[in-house]
Amino acid sequence: MAQTIVVTSGKGGVGKTTTSAAFASGLALRGHRTVVIDFDVGLRNLDLVMGCERRVVYDFINVIHGEARLQQALIRDRTLDNLYILPTSQTRDKEALSAEGVARVMAELQQEFDYIVCDSPAGIETGALRALYHADAAIVVTNPEVSSVRDSDRILGILAARSKRAEEGREPVQEHLLLTRYSPKRVQEGEMLSLEDVKELLRVPLLGVIPESPVILQASNQGIPAIHMKGSDVAQAYEDTVARFLGEERPLRFVQQEKSSFFKRLFGG
Amino acid sequence: MSFLDYFLGTRKKTASVAKDRLKLILAHERSDGTPDFLPALQAELMAVISKYIPVEKEQISVHMERRGDFEVLELNVLFPDQR
Ligand SMILES: Nc1ncnc2c1ncn2[C@@H]1O[C@H](COP(=O)(O)OP(=O)(O)OP(=O)(O)O)[C@@H](O)[C@H]1O
Ligand SMILES: [Mg+2]
Repeated sequence: MAQTIVVTSGKGGVGKTTTSAAFASGLALRGHRTVVIDFDVGLRNLDLVMGCERRVVYDFINVIHGEARLQQALIRDRTLDNLYILPTSQTRDKEALSAEGVARVMAELQQEFDYIVCDSPAGIETGALRALYHADAAIVVTNPEVSSVRDSDRILGILAARSKRAEEGREPVQEHLLLTRYSPKRVQEGEMLSLEDVKELLRVPLLGVIPESPVILQASNQGIPAIHMKGSDVAQAYEDTVARFLGEERPLRFVQQEKSSFFKRLFGG
Repeated sequence: MSFLDYFLGTRKKTASVAKDRLKLILAHERSDGTPDFLPALQAELMAVISKYIPVEKEQISVHMERRGDFEVLELNVLFPDQR
């Protein structure tokens, strides 16, 4: 039986798709059969971040409408053969994601995979609700910034009330906070909410901190999930995040400002 | 804010302003609406009380409200005339 994980946030542009791609790749790197689904109907992006956009023939909506079989729509990852991508449609409206249709596809995926990662669209409308409905666990992606924290709180309330687990009165969805685009330097200068601040405000266990990094853009430019950017801070931070999700203890990294050496400061290193 | 504050670095940092604003707004938004358990609590209290005192459902009211920093659970039972 697969575990279903929704990557959600309420607010747009905080790093859900970046995280979904990196996290799903990380699970696959650890040997787990993983599928990552794009729920952002009309604004398909996951295929680009995963670098498989040219291989999309059928999509999630085609499967829901019975126009293609699941096997025809699933795309195998370029580098990991236990990772699959289920892209979404570029054109159709959000209503295309019928509750029954999604449930049917999820049930089928449950049989095939260990982990199902759902990349949620922004907002709290149909698409976001469908993405979180089947979740066993949620990764709430949050930036250290007022509107993102507020929207994360909203989405936590929705997870507690509107998920399938909530409706059936089962154990609640396991909540994880992932703080992204974190800049220790700006925190140090008192310009950015610290990870302690955000933890205290949202009261959700912290799964990881992903630093603000130019590597993210280099990765998405090439369609390579950030976790494959060998040696980079973001790759290591995402690796730690996956390890913690799987129950390992890992100390937080990249949360302190690097002390720049005297020479670096002198020569602007 | 004084000129001196500025140079002594006692000016409030923007991150702590953000935190204070969020504390208020989250507390406010979380307390919106009645909690989900209220109807169930109401029914169970009703069952317990009517075991000892003969009361009608209309004579019991259970409310939850926020007063400043507190959440107040208010239980009102109107006893029937004992004649
Ligand atoms: N740690 C990071 N450092 C720097 N840039 C980042 C980081 N994480 C994400 N970004 C950038 O932020 C932008 C938004 O990221 P992404 O598309 O993953 O967000 P999203 O939450 O999926 O957005 P949407 O709500 O539109 O679906 C992208 O340009 C991405 O490259
Ligand atoms: Mg996205």
